[in-house]
Amino acid sequence: MNLTFTDRRKVIQIHDLKKNYGNNTVLDGFNMDLYEGETLVIMGKSGSGKSVMIKCLIGLEKIDSGDINIMGKDITAISEDDLNEIRTEVGFLFQGSALYDSMTVRENLEFPLRRHTKKFGKLGDATPLVMEALHNVGLDNAADLMPEELSGGMKRRIALARTLILNPKIILYDEPTTGLDPITSKEIILLMKSIQEKYKTSSIIITHDVDCARFIANRMILLVDGKNYAEGTFEELYASEDPKVHAFFKS
Amino acid sequence: MENESNSAIRDILVETGEITIFGVRFFKEIFRRPFEFKEFLRQCYNVGNKSILLVGIAGFIIGLVFTLQSRPKMEELGAVSWLPSMVSISIIREIGPIITALICAGKIGSGIGAEIGSMRVTEQIDAMEVSGTNPFKYLVVTRILATTFMVPLLVFMADAIALLGSFLVENLKGDVSFTLYFSEVQMSVEFLDFIPATIKTFFFGFAIGLVGCFKGYNTKHGTAGVGVSANSAVVEASIFVFILDFVAVLLTEIIYNI
Ligand SMILES: Nc1ncnc2c1ncn2[C@@H]1O[C@H](COP(=O)(O)OP(=O)(O)OP(=O)(O)O)[C@@H](O)[C@H]1O
Ligand SMILES: [Mg+2]
Repeated sequence: MNLTFTDRRKVIQIHDLKKNYGNNTVLDGFNMDLYEGETLVIMGKSGSGKSVMIKCLIGLEKIDSGDINIMGKDITAISEDDLNEIRTEVGFLFQGSALYDSMTVRENLEFPLRRHTKKFGKLGDATPLVMEALHNVGLDNAADLMPEELSGGMKRRIALARTLILNPKIILYDEPTTGLDPITSKEIILLMKSIQEKYKTSSIIITHDVDCARFIANRMILLVDGKNYAEGTFEELYASEDPKVHAFFKS
Repeated sequence: MENESNSAIRDILVETGEITIFGVRFFKEIFRRPFEFKEFLRQCYNVGNKSILLVGIAGFIIGLVFTLQSRPKMEELGAVSWLPSMVSISIIREIGPIITALICAGKIGSGIGAEIGSMRVTEQIDAMEVSGTNPFKYLVVTRILATTFMVPLLVFMADAIALLGSFLVENLKGDVSFTLYFSEVQMSVEFLDFIPATIKTFFFGFAIGLVGCFKGYNTKHGTAGVGVSANSAVVEASIFVFILDFVAVLLTEIIYNI
């Protein structure tokens, strides 16, 4: 079932990424390629720098050295406008959902559209788009709720809908199933899979969830000590004899 | 001991420097399009809505109490007819602006610190950034502008209500009519009392918005940090208000003595 994507175009390239906070070295020469249409899962211990890596990737954190290339553009060396242009092609699902809690679900979903009124018309006109996004995540009737009225799983779905509303070509998921019960997790995983198949997106998924990785990964990277420690398909890593790799799968 | 006070002074300097840099960024971003007009209006409404009642009550009671307490002494000195002018000058020059600013530092400053702070720690600010909206413009610029414009208006209102409270006492105790009271006020309060008093209120408003936003925007250490931000926003905004007030009085003195 694991197709190879390595002959496709690279949509993201990270080369020798380094990042410190004071004298805490978080990333120490991390490398990663993402191929078009591929689902890459990144695993690593808590605190190993996965979130930092993905935030560097989208320009939320300044990097110390290295190259980050998204769809052919070096994002460390472009203007803010160009960076925003690229960001419309990249969706980001935050670890804690990050819904705007002073806005309704509808306003949350409209927020990414507000910079694109040329394309979508005035915000009030975007309703079909909002409804489609809500339908995609199975929450057709949630438009007028406030985030505080949603359960954790619903929040995650709305956040996913917000991520999808601009039809991104690449989606970055930071621990999409953490903190959810197994059934809801499974639903989210199925949702991610169906989105991937429907829109042919390329995705990076950060997760601790072995079942999620087994189900969805085309390829995996283990992040240890700020470097890629091991790389391969789920089956390859799962069968690995290396104790550090082994530890991720048997807990 | 000496080390301790040294590091305290260093902290104050670092903090002042960082707030200054934040303020400079505000002036840079304010001229860059797009201007978030709707959010600005919403924030103006918020500032007014949150503080209008408290400012009104405080103004009324201060006008009332101030007049009640000054009255016996003025009567003793046979100067009771001077009361409206004394009260109005004190209120317009000093009491109205400072009380309003302190209330706003407490209500608005902490509110902004907590709101932006919790948006920071729950990654809502990051989410704005990745969706292509400049969070500094959307959150910070609009709020600082809103406090800068709204605090002077609130001071205006507080002054008016305080004078009303004062009039009420005069009317009941001294049988002074509305027209008499306010023509006294009008005669004694000069245009020149208004100008410096009003100018400084813009600075008060600016400082309250700036400190609140600065604290919120730089919130660290998760949810516990939000409380710290809200709290220190109140403390630092109040200190700024006092310092600005002192500077305003000095400057007014210098200018009027030329
Ligand atoms: N803004 C920051 N300032 C200072 N240190 C930070 C900051 N953000 C992250 N770190 C440090 O970077 C390291 C990696 O953090 P990160 O959030 O990337 O971990 P993670 O791999 O995502 O863990 P988890 O699985 O728990 O989410 C941690 O040691 C953390 O203390
Ligand atoms: Mg993380």
